[in-house]
Amino acid sequence: MSVQNLNTFDPFADAADPLAADEPGRQSYIHIRIQQRNGRKTLTTLQGLPKEYDSKKILKAFKKEFACNGTLVDDEEMGQVIQLQGDQRAKISTFLTENGIPRASIKLHGF
Amino acid sequence: MSEEPLFDPSLKKRSKKKQVAFSENPLGADADPTVPAPSLDDTTSSGDVIDLGPKTVHEQMKQNEAGIGDAASGLGEAKEEDDFKAMFGDLKKKKKKKEIPLELGEEGSGTSTPITNASTTAPGITEDLDFFDLKKKKKSTKKKAAFDLEAFEKELQESKSKDANAEDDEDIPDGEHLNDIDEAELGDDVFDRSEVPAGVDQGTEPWLGSDRDYTYQELLTRFYASLHASNPSLLTSTGKRYTIAPPSIHREGNKKSIFANISDICKRMHRQPEHVIQYLFAELGTTGSVDGSGRLVIKGRFQQKQIENVLRRYIVEYVTCKTCKSPDTLLTKENRIFFMACESCGSRRSVNAVKTGFQAQVGKRSRNRTG
Repeated sequence: MSVQNLNTFDPFADAADPLAADEPGRQSYIHIRIQQRNGRKTLTTLQGLPKEYDSKKILKAFKKEFACNGTLVDDEEMGQVIQLQGDQRAKISTFLTENGIPRASIKLHGF
Repeated sequence: MSEEPLFDPSLKKRSKKKQVAFSENPLGADADPTVPAPSLDDTTSSGDVIDLGPKTVHEQMKQNEAGIGDAASGLGEAKEEDDFKAMFGDLKKKKKKKEIPLELGEEGSGTSTPITNASTTAPGITEDLDFFDLKKKKKSTKKKAAFDLEAFEKELQESKSKDANAEDDEDIPDGEHLNDIDEAELGDDVFDRSEVPAGVDQGTEPWLGSDRDYTYQELLTRFYASLHASNPSLLTSTGKRYTIAPPSIHREGNKKSIFANISDICKRMHRQPEHVIQYLFAELGTTGSVDGSGRLVIKGRFQQKQIENVLRRYIVEYVTCKTCKSPDTLLTKENRIFFMACESCGSRRSVNAVKTGFQAQVGKRSRNRTG
Protein backbone atom coordinates (compact mmCIF):
# COMPACT_ATOMS: atom_id res chain seq x y z
CA MET A 1 0.00 0.00 0.00
CA SER A 2 2.31 2.66 -1.12
CA VAL A 3 0.31 5.72 -1.86
CA GLN A 4 2.36 8.25 -3.58
CA ASN A 5 0.59 11.10 -1.96
CA LEU A 6 1.72 9.96 1.43
CA ASN A 7 5.35 9.91 0.49
CA THR A 8 7.58 12.29 2.26
CA PHE A 9 9.01 13.27 -1.06
CA ASP A 10 7.53 16.52 -2.24
CA PRO A 11 7.34 16.60 -6.02
CA PHE A 12 7.02 20.34 -6.00
CA ALA A 13 10.03 20.88 -3.85
CA ASP A 14 12.13 22.23 -6.64
CA ALA A 15 9.16 23.70 -8.43
CA ALA A 16 8.55 25.93 -5.49
CA ASP A 17 12.16 26.92 -5.45
CA PRO A 18 11.99 29.35 -8.33
CA LEU A 19 9.12 31.13 -6.67
CA ALA A 20 10.97 31.25 -3.42
CA ALA A 21 14.02 32.46 -5.23
CA ASP A 22 11.86 34.98 -7.01
CA GLU A 23 10.66 36.51 -3.80
CA PRO A 24 14.12 37.31 -2.46
CA GLY A 25 15.14 38.11 -6.00
CA ARG A 26 12.70 40.93 -6.03
CA GLN A 27 13.54 41.77 -2.49
CA SER A 28 17.16 42.02 -3.37
CA TYR A 29 16.46 45.35 -4.95
CA ILE A 30 16.99 48.21 -2.57
CA HIS A 31 14.36 50.80 -3.27
CA ILE A 32 15.04 54.39 -2.43
CA ARG A 33 11.93 56.52 -2.63
CA ILE A 34 10.95 60.05 -1.92
CA GLN A 35 7.73 61.49 -0.69
CA GLN A 36 6.63 65.05 -0.54
CA ARG A 37 5.46 66.53 2.67
CA ASN A 38 4.01 69.93 3.18
CA GLY A 39 5.94 72.80 1.76
CA ARG A 40 9.40 72.03 0.57
CA LYS A 41 9.82 69.20 2.99
CA THR A 42 10.42 65.72 1.80
CA LEU A 43 10.89 62.26 3.20
CA THR A 44 13.24 59.59 1.93
CA THR A 45 12.53 55.93 2.48
CA LEU A 46 14.92 53.04 2.07
CA GLN A 47 13.28 49.70 1.59
CA GLY A 48 14.57 46.21 1.00
CA LEU A 49 17.88 46.33 2.77
CA PRO A 50 19.40 42.84 2.80
CA LYS A 51 19.00 40.92 6.00
CA GLU A 52 22.69 40.66 6.64
CA TYR A 53 22.92 44.38 7.31
CA ASP A 54 21.85 45.77 10.60
CA SER A 55 19.42 48.47 9.65
CA LYS A 56 19.62 50.04 13.05
CA LYS A 57 23.32 50.65 12.71
CA ILE A 58 22.94 51.81 9.16
CA LEU A 59 20.29 54.27 10.24
CA LYS A 60 22.67 55.59 12.84
CA ALA A 61 25.36 56.00 10.23
CA PHE A 62 22.93 57.74 7.87
CA LYS A 63 21.82 60.16 10.49
CA LYS A 64 25.35 61.06 11.34
CA GLU A 65 26.54 61.24 7.77
CA PHE A 66 23.66 63.19 6.30
CA ALA A 67 22.98 65.28 9.34
CA CYS A 68 19.31 64.48 9.38
CA ASN A 69 16.87 62.69 11.57
CA GLY A 70 15.31 59.40 10.74
CA THR A 71 13.48 56.44 12.08
CA LEU A 72 13.08 52.77 11.52
CA VAL A 73 9.55 51.85 10.49
CA ASP A 74 8.24 48.32 10.74
CA ASP A 75 5.88 47.56 7.91
CA GLU A 76 3.93 44.31 7.65
CA GLU A 77 4.67 43.81 3.98
CA MET A 78 7.90 45.64 3.40
CA GLY A 79 9.67 44.73 6.60
CA GLN A 80 11.96 47.28 8.13
CA VAL A 81 12.09 50.55 6.32
CA ILE A 82 14.51 53.32 7.04
CA GLN A 83 12.89 56.70 6.86
CA LEU A 84 14.92 59.86 6.69
CA GLN A 85 14.02 63.50 6.68
CA GLY A 86 14.75 65.45 3.58
CA ASP A 87 15.81 64.39 0.14
CA GLN A 88 18.68 62.02 0.82
CA ARG A 89 18.32 59.79 -2.23
CA ALA A 90 21.57 60.59 -3.95
CA LYS A 91 23.47 60.54 -0.72
CA ILE A 92 22.04 57.19 0.29
CA SER A 93 22.89 55.60 -3.01
CA THR A 94 26.46 56.85 -2.95
CA PHE A 95 26.83 55.78 0.66
CA LEU A 96 25.61 52.29 -0.10
CA THR A 97 27.74 51.86 -3.18
CA GLU A 98 30.80 53.07 -1.33
CA ASN A 99 30.14 50.45 1.27
CA GLY A 100 30.07 47.56 -1.12
CA ILE A 101 26.50 47.23 -2.29
CA PRO A 102 26.30 46.79 -6.03
CA ARG A 103 24.78 49.71 -7.81
CA ALA A 104 22.66 47.41 -9.94
CA SER A 105 20.70 46.32 -6.91
CA ILE A 106 19.76 49.86 -5.96
CA LYS A 107 16.66 51.34 -7.48
CA LEU A 108 16.17 55.04 -7.24
CA HIS A 109 12.58 56.12 -7.51
CA GLY A 110 10.88 59.45 -7.55
CA PHE A 111 11.35 62.50 -9.67
CA MET B 1 15.12 46.35 -96.25
CA SER B 2 12.18 48.60 -96.75
CA GLU B 3 10.80 47.20 -93.54
CA GLU B 4 13.58 48.44 -91.40
CA PRO B 5 13.06 52.18 -91.60
CA LEU B 6 9.42 51.63 -91.01
CA PHE B 7 10.15 49.38 -88.17
CA ASP B 8 12.71 51.42 -86.37
CA PRO B 9 10.74 54.56 -85.65
CA SER B 10 7.89 52.52 -84.48
CA LEU B 11 10.21 50.64 -82.26
CA LYS B 12 11.59 53.79 -80.81
CA LYS B 13 8.22 55.14 -80.03
CA ARG B 14 6.90 51.94 -78.78
CA SER B 15 10.10 51.11 -77.06
CA LYS B 16 8.99 52.66 -73.82
CA LYS B 17 6.43 50.03 -73.54
CA LYS B 18 7.74 47.20 -75.52
CA GLN B 19 11.31 47.42 -74.52
CA VAL B 20 10.47 46.40 -71.09
CA ALA B 21 9.05 43.32 -72.49
CA PHE B 22 12.43 42.67 -73.94
CA SER B 23 14.42 43.37 -70.90
CA GLU B 24 12.01 41.51 -68.82
CA ASN B 25 11.90 38.55 -71.05
CA PRO B 26 15.27 37.10 -70.07
CA LEU B 27 14.47 37.75 -66.48
CA GLY B 28 11.23 35.97 -66.83
CA ALA B 29 13.30 33.10 -68.12
CA ASP B 30 10.75 32.39 -70.73
CA ALA B 31 13.01 29.97 -72.52
CA ASP B 32 14.43 32.91 -74.37
CA PRO B 33 17.85 33.72 -72.96
CA THR B 34 19.01 34.19 -76.50
CA VAL B 35 21.00 36.79 -78.27
CA PRO B 36 19.13 39.95 -77.33
CA ALA B 37 19.38 39.43 -73.61
CA PRO B 38 23.18 39.49 -73.25
CA SER B 39 23.49 42.36 -75.64
CA LEU B 40 21.12 44.34 -73.53
CA ASP B 41 23.10 43.56 -70.46
CA ASP B 42 26.30 44.70 -71.99
CA THR B 43 25.01 47.96 -73.21
CA THR B 44 23.41 48.91 -70.00
CA SER B 45 26.36 48.03 -67.85
CA SER B 46 27.62 51.58 -68.21
CA GLY B 47 26.48 52.22 -64.69
CA ASP B 48 23.78 54.69 -65.56
CA VAL B 49 21.16 52.28 -64.59
CA ILE B 50 22.77 51.49 -61.32
CA ASP B 51 23.07 55.08 -60.40
CA LEU B 52 19.56 55.70 -61.42
CA GLY B 53 18.23 53.16 -59.01
CA PRO B 54 18.75 54.97 -55.74
CA LYS B 55 18.06 58.32 -57.28
CA THR B 56 14.74 57.18 -58.35
CA VAL B 57 14.08 55.76 -54.98
CA HIS B 58 14.70 59.05 -53.33
CA GLU B 59 12.80 60.95 -55.90
CA GLN B 60 10.08 58.54 -55.41
CA MET B 61 9.96 59.15 -51.76
CA LYS B 62 9.77 62.81 -52.37
CA GLN B 63 7.03 62.27 -54.80
CA ASN B 64 5.34 60.05 -52.39
CA GLU B 65 5.45 62.66 -49.75
CA ALA B 66 4.19 65.21 -52.17
CA GLY B 67 1.62 62.78 -53.38
CA ILE B 68 0.27 62.08 -49.95
CA GLY B 69 -1.70 65.25 -50.17
CA ASP B 70 -3.41 63.91 -53.24
CA ALA B 71 -3.90 60.57 -51.62
CA ALA B 72 -7.64 60.84 -51.78
CA SER B 73 -7.81 60.60 -55.51
CA GLY B 74 -4.80 58.37 -55.52
CA LEU B 75 -6.71 55.76 -53.61
CA GLY B 76 -9.22 55.48 -56.34
CA GLU B 77 -6.49 54.75 -58.75
CA ALA B 78 -4.99 52.22 -56.46
CA LYS B 79 -8.30 50.43 -56.50
CA GLU B 80 -8.29 50.50 -60.23
CA GLU B 81 -4.86 49.02 -60.23
CA ASP B 82 -5.99 46.34 -57.92
CA ASP B 83 -8.81 45.48 -60.21
CA PHE B 84 -6.39 45.28 -63.00
CA LYS B 85 -4.19 43.02 -61.04
CA ALA B 86 -7.08 40.74 -60.51
CA MET B 87 -7.36 40.41 -64.23
CA PHE B 88 -3.72 40.28 -64.77
CA GLY B 89 -3.48 36.64 -65.57
CA ASP B 90 -5.28 37.13 -68.84
CA LEU B 91 -3.29 40.16 -69.65
CA LYS B 92 -0.05 38.40 -69.25
CA LYS B 93 -1.08 35.89 -71.79
CA LYS B 94 -2.03 38.65 -74.14
CA LYS B 95 1.25 40.32 -73.56
CA LYS B 96 3.07 37.20 -74.43
CA LYS B 97 1.20 36.98 -77.67
CA LYS B 98 2.20 40.46 -78.46
CA GLU B 99 5.80 39.88 -77.73
CA ILE B 100 6.21 36.95 -79.92
CA PRO B 101 5.31 38.61 -83.20
CA LEU B 102 7.58 41.51 -82.39
CA GLU B 103 10.51 39.31 -81.82
CA LEU B 104 9.74 37.44 -84.93
CA GLY B 105 9.71 40.66 -86.82
CA GLU B 106 13.05 41.55 -85.46
CA GLU B 107 14.53 38.32 -86.31
CA GLY B 108 13.07 38.69 -89.74
CA SER B 109 14.63 42.09 -90.17
CA GLY B 110 18.05 40.82 -89.33
CA THR B 111 20.39 40.09 -86.47
CA SER B 112 21.77 43.58 -86.41
CA THR B 113 18.56 45.09 -85.15
CA PRO B 114 18.81 43.84 -81.61
CA ILE B 115 22.01 45.73 -81.09
CA THR B 116 20.69 48.99 -82.43
CA ASN B 117 17.67 48.32 -80.44
CA ALA B 118 19.56 47.95 -77.28
CA SER B 119 21.68 51.00 -77.81
CA THR B 120 18.81 53.23 -78.74
CA THR B 121 16.56 51.97 -76.07
CA ALA B 122 18.93 51.94 -73.16
CA PRO B 123 17.64 55.28 -71.92
CA GLY B 124 14.18 54.10 -72.59
CA ILE B 125 14.71 51.22 -70.29
CA THR B 126 15.92 53.36 -67.53
CA GLU B 127 12.96 55.61 -67.87
CA ASP B 128 10.71 52.67 -67.69
CA LEU B 129 12.49 51.50 -64.62
CA ASP B 130 11.79 54.81 -63.08
CA PHE B 131 8.16 54.30 -63.46
CA PHE B 132 8.33 50.80 -62.28
CA ASP B 133 10.07 51.81 -59.17
CA LEU B 134 7.52 54.43 -58.57
CA LYS B 135 4.76 52.02 -58.97
CA LYS B 136 6.41 49.37 -56.97
CA LYS B 137 7.04 51.57 -54.03
CA LYS B 138 3.69 52.65 -52.86
CA LYS B 139 0.76 51.71 -54.87
CA SER B 140 -1.80 53.55 -52.87
CA THR B 141 -0.44 57.03 -52.47
CA LYS B 142 1.13 57.38 -55.81
CA LYS B 143 -0.85 59.95 -57.60
CA LYS B 144 1.65 61.99 -59.45
CA ALA B 145 3.55 59.07 -60.76
CA ALA B 146 0.43 57.40 -61.89
CA PHE B 147 -0.59 60.53 -63.68
CA ASP B 148 2.70 60.74 -65.43
CA LEU B 149 2.33 57.19 -66.41
CA GLU B 150 -1.07 57.74 -67.79
CA ALA B 151 -0.05 60.72 -69.80
CA PHE B 152 2.91 58.80 -70.97
CA GLU B 153 0.77 55.89 -71.87
CA LYS B 154 -1.58 58.08 -73.81
CA GLU B 155 1.21 59.54 -75.79
CA LEU B 156 2.35 56.09 -76.48
CA GLN B 157 -1.07 55.18 -77.58
CA GLU B 158 -1.27 58.06 -79.96
CA SER B 159 2.05 57.34 -81.47
CA LYS B 160 1.05 53.77 -81.71
CA SER B 161 -2.14 54.54 -83.53
CA LYS B 162 -0.14 56.52 -86.03
CA ASP B 163 2.11 53.62 -86.58
CA ALA B 164 -0.73 51.23 -86.49
CA ASN B 165 -0.73 50.72 -90.23
CA ALA B 166 2.84 49.65 -90.15
CA GLU B 167 2.29 47.22 -87.37
CA ASP B 168 -1.18 46.15 -88.16
CA ASP B 169 -0.15 42.67 -88.99
CA GLU B 170 1.52 42.39 -85.60
CA ASP B 171 -1.26 43.93 -83.63
CA ILE B 172 -3.93 41.78 -85.04
CA PRO B 173 -4.00 39.42 -82.11
CA ASP B 174 -4.61 42.36 -79.82
CA GLY B 175 -7.54 43.72 -81.70
CA GLU B 176 -8.90 47.24 -81.31
CA HIS B 177 -7.23 50.23 -79.78
CA LEU B 178 -9.60 50.42 -76.91
CA ASN B 179 -8.30 47.16 -75.84
CA ASP B 180 -4.85 48.48 -76.32
CA ILE B 181 -5.39 51.36 -74.01
CA ASP B 182 -6.46 49.09 -71.29
CA GLU B 183 -3.53 46.96 -71.86
CA ALA B 184 -1.14 49.82 -71.90
CA GLU B 185 -2.15 50.67 -68.39
CA LEU B 186 -2.35 47.15 -67.33
CA GLY B 187 0.74 46.08 -69.06
CA ASP B 188 2.86 47.98 -66.64
CA ASP B 189 1.22 46.34 -63.76
CA VAL B 190 1.78 43.00 -65.26
CA PHE B 191 5.40 43.75 -65.60
CA ASP B 192 5.49 45.08 -62.21
CA ARG B 193 4.13 41.90 -60.93
CA SER B 194 6.31 39.65 -62.91
CA GLU B 195 9.38 41.64 -62.08
CA VAL B 196 9.01 41.60 -58.37
CA PRO B 197 9.54 37.93 -57.92
CA ALA B 198 12.10 37.78 -60.68
CA GLY B 199 14.89 39.78 -59.10
CA VAL B 200 15.18 41.03 -55.59
CA ASP B 201 12.55 43.47 -56.69
CA GLN B 202 15.22 45.18 -58.71
CA GLY B 203 16.65 42.51 -60.82
CA THR B 204 17.67 45.21 -63.20
CA GLU B 205 21.30 45.59 -62.32
CA PRO B 206 23.14 44.62 -65.44
CA TRP B 207 26.04 43.19 -63.49
CA LEU B 208 23.86 40.64 -61.82
CA GLY B 209 24.43 38.08 -64.47
CA SER B 210 28.10 38.73 -64.96
CA ASP B 211 30.92 36.92 -63.24
CA ARG B 212 33.10 39.88 -62.41
CA ASP B 213 33.63 41.09 -58.87
CA TYR B 214 30.93 43.48 -57.88
CA THR B 215 32.08 46.85 -56.71
CA TYR B 216 31.15 48.10 -53.33
CA GLN B 217 29.16 50.95 -54.79
CA GLU B 218 27.08 48.66 -56.89
CA LEU B 219 26.29 46.39 -54.03
CA LEU B 220 25.55 49.28 -51.75
CA THR B 221 23.18 50.94 -54.13
CA ARG B 222 21.55 47.64 -54.81
CA PHE B 223 21.14 46.99 -51.15
CA TYR B 224 19.58 50.36 -50.50
CA ALA B 225 17.39 50.16 -53.53
CA SER B 226 15.97 46.83 -52.54
CA LEU B 227 15.72 47.85 -48.92
CA HIS B 228 13.73 50.93 -49.69
CA ALA B 229 11.74 49.11 -52.26
CA SER B 230 10.65 46.46 -49.84
CA ASN B 231 9.82 48.83 -47.03
CA PRO B 232 9.27 52.37 -48.15
CA SER B 233 8.38 53.48 -44.67
CA LEU B 234 12.03 53.31 -43.76
CA LEU B 235 12.89 56.37 -45.74
CA THR B 236 10.39 58.57 -44.07
CA SER B 237 11.05 57.28 -40.59
CA THR B 238 14.81 56.94 -40.54
CA GLY B 239 15.68 60.38 -39.31
CA LYS B 240 12.92 60.62 -36.84
CA ARG B 241 13.49 59.69 -33.26
CA TYR B 242 10.91 58.66 -30.80
CA THR B 243 9.59 61.92 -29.52
CA ILE B 244 6.85 62.78 -27.16
CA ALA B 245 5.35 66.11 -26.44
CA PRO B 246 6.69 67.43 -23.17
CA PRO B 247 4.27 67.08 -20.31
CA SER B 248 2.49 70.29 -19.52
CA ILE B 249 2.35 70.74 -15.79
CA HIS B 250 0.37 73.48 -14.17
CA ARG B 251 -0.13 74.27 -10.57
CA GLU B 252 -3.57 74.11 -9.16
CA GLY B 253 -3.76 75.96 -5.90
CA ASN B 254 -0.86 75.42 -3.60
CA LYS B 255 -0.51 71.68 -3.28
CA LYS B 256 -1.73 70.18 -6.49
CA SER B 257 -0.22 69.85 -9.92
CA ILE B 258 -2.14 69.30 -13.08
CA PHE B 259 -0.76 67.11 -15.80
CA ALA B 260 -2.79 68.40 -18.72
CA ASN B 261 -1.69 66.42 -21.75
CA ILE B 262 -1.45 62.99 -20.23
CA SER B 263 -3.98 61.52 -22.62
CA ASP B 264 -2.00 62.72 -25.61
CA ILE B 265 1.17 61.26 -24.21
CA CYS B 266 -0.50 57.97 -23.44
CA LYS B 267 -1.85 57.84 -26.94
CA ARG B 268 1.58 58.55 -28.30
CA MET B 269 3.07 55.76 -26.25
CA HIS B 270 0.16 53.40 -26.95
CA ARG B 271 -0.37 52.77 -23.29
CA GLN B 272 -3.41 52.78 -21.11
CA PRO B 273 -3.61 55.99 -19.14
CA GLU B 274 -4.43 53.95 -16.05
CA HIS B 275 -1.13 52.17 -16.26
CA VAL B 276 0.81 55.35 -16.75
CA ILE B 277 -1.02 57.05 -13.92
CA GLN B 278 -0.39 54.11 -11.66
CA TYR B 279 3.28 54.28 -12.44
CA LEU B 280 3.41 58.01 -11.91
CA PHE B 281 1.78 57.77 -8.54
CA ALA B 282 3.97 54.91 -7.46
CA GLU B 283 7.11 56.73 -8.48
CA LEU B 284 6.15 60.09 -7.10
CA GLY B 285 4.80 58.60 -3.92
CA THR B 286 1.59 60.54 -4.10
CA THR B 287 -2.00 60.16 -5.08
CA GLY B 288 -4.30 62.06 -7.33
CA SER B 289 -7.23 61.86 -9.63
CA VAL B 290 -8.36 62.46 -13.15
CA ASP B 291 -10.56 65.46 -13.59
CA GLY B 292 -13.49 65.92 -15.92
CA SER B 293 -11.51 66.98 -18.95
CA GLY B 294 -9.09 64.08 -18.80
CA ARG B 295 -6.34 65.91 -16.99
CA LEU B 296 -4.48 64.32 -14.16
CA VAL B 297 -4.46 66.08 -10.86
CA ILE B 298 -1.45 65.09 -8.79
CA LYS B 299 -1.19 65.82 -5.14
CA GLY B 300 2.01 67.60 -4.40
CA ARG B 301 4.09 70.17 -6.19
CA PHE B 302 5.87 68.91 -9.22
CA GLN B 303 7.70 70.59 -11.99
CA GLN B 304 7.66 69.67 -15.61
CA LYS B 305 11.23 68.45 -15.44
CA GLN B 306 10.46 66.04 -12.68
CA ILE B 307 7.48 64.54 -14.46
CA GLU B 308 9.56 64.32 -17.57
CA ASN B 309 12.14 62.27 -15.73
CA VAL B 310 9.55 59.88 -14.47
CA LEU B 311 8.00 59.56 -17.91
CA ARG B 312 11.40 58.86 -19.36
CA ARG B 313 11.89 56.04 -16.94
CA TYR B 314 8.46 54.73 -17.75
CA ILE B 315 9.30 54.66 -21.42
CA VAL B 316 12.52 52.85 -20.80
CA GLU B 317 10.84 50.25 -18.68
CA TYR B 318 7.45 49.80 -20.28
CA VAL B 319 7.54 51.18 -23.80
CA THR B 320 10.82 50.55 -25.56
CA CYS B 321 11.59 47.03 -26.60
CA LYS B 322 14.59 45.73 -24.73
CA THR B 323 15.71 43.72 -27.72
CA CYS B 324 15.50 46.15 -30.59
CA LYS B 325 14.93 49.47 -28.80
CA SER B 326 11.84 50.06 -30.83
CA PRO B 327 9.02 51.95 -29.15
CA ASP B 328 6.52 49.99 -31.19
CA THR B 329 5.30 47.75 -28.43
CA LEU B 330 2.04 46.57 -27.02
CA LEU B 331 1.37 46.00 -23.37
CA THR B 332 -1.11 43.27 -22.59
CA LYS B 333 -2.18 41.75 -19.36
CA GLU B 334 -2.45 37.99 -19.01
CA ASN B 335 -3.10 36.29 -15.72
CA ARG B 336 -2.21 39.38 -13.75
CA ILE B 337 1.12 39.63 -15.50
CA PHE B 338 1.92 42.33 -17.98
CA PHE B 339 3.52 41.25 -21.21
CA MET B 340 5.19 43.59 -23.62
CA ALA B 341 5.16 42.45 -27.22
CA CYS B 342 7.31 44.25 -29.73
CA GLU B 343 5.62 45.11 -33.00
CA SER B 344 8.79 45.44 -35.00
CA CYS B 345 10.93 42.53 -33.85
CA GLY B 346 8.28 40.27 -32.40
CA SER B 347 9.95 39.72 -29.08
CA ARG B 348 7.78 39.26 -26.05
CA ARG B 349 8.73 39.67 -22.47
CA SER B 350 7.06 40.11 -19.18
CA VAL B 351 7.47 43.37 -17.35
CA ASN B 352 7.28 44.03 -13.67
CA ALA B 353 4.00 45.14 -12.32
CA VAL B 354 3.90 48.66 -11.04
CA LYS B 355 4.54 48.46 -7.34
CA THR B 356 3.93 51.24 -4.98
CA GLY B 357 6.22 50.05 -2.24
CA PHE B 358 6.38 51.54 1.15
CA GLN B 359 4.38 54.66 1.73
CA ALA B 360 5.30 56.61 4.76
CA GLN B 361 2.61 58.37 6.60
CA VAL B 362 2.57 62.00 5.67
CA GLY B 363 0.37 64.62 7.24
CA LYS B 364 -1.86 64.42 10.17
CA ARG B 365 -2.68 61.01 11.49
CA SER B 366 -6.07 62.01 12.64
CA ARG B 367 -7.09 63.12 9.20
CA ASN B 368 -5.84 59.88 7.78
CA ARG B 369 -7.79 57.85 10.26
CA THR B 370 -11.05 59.56 9.57
CA GLY B 371 -10.64 59.78 5.81
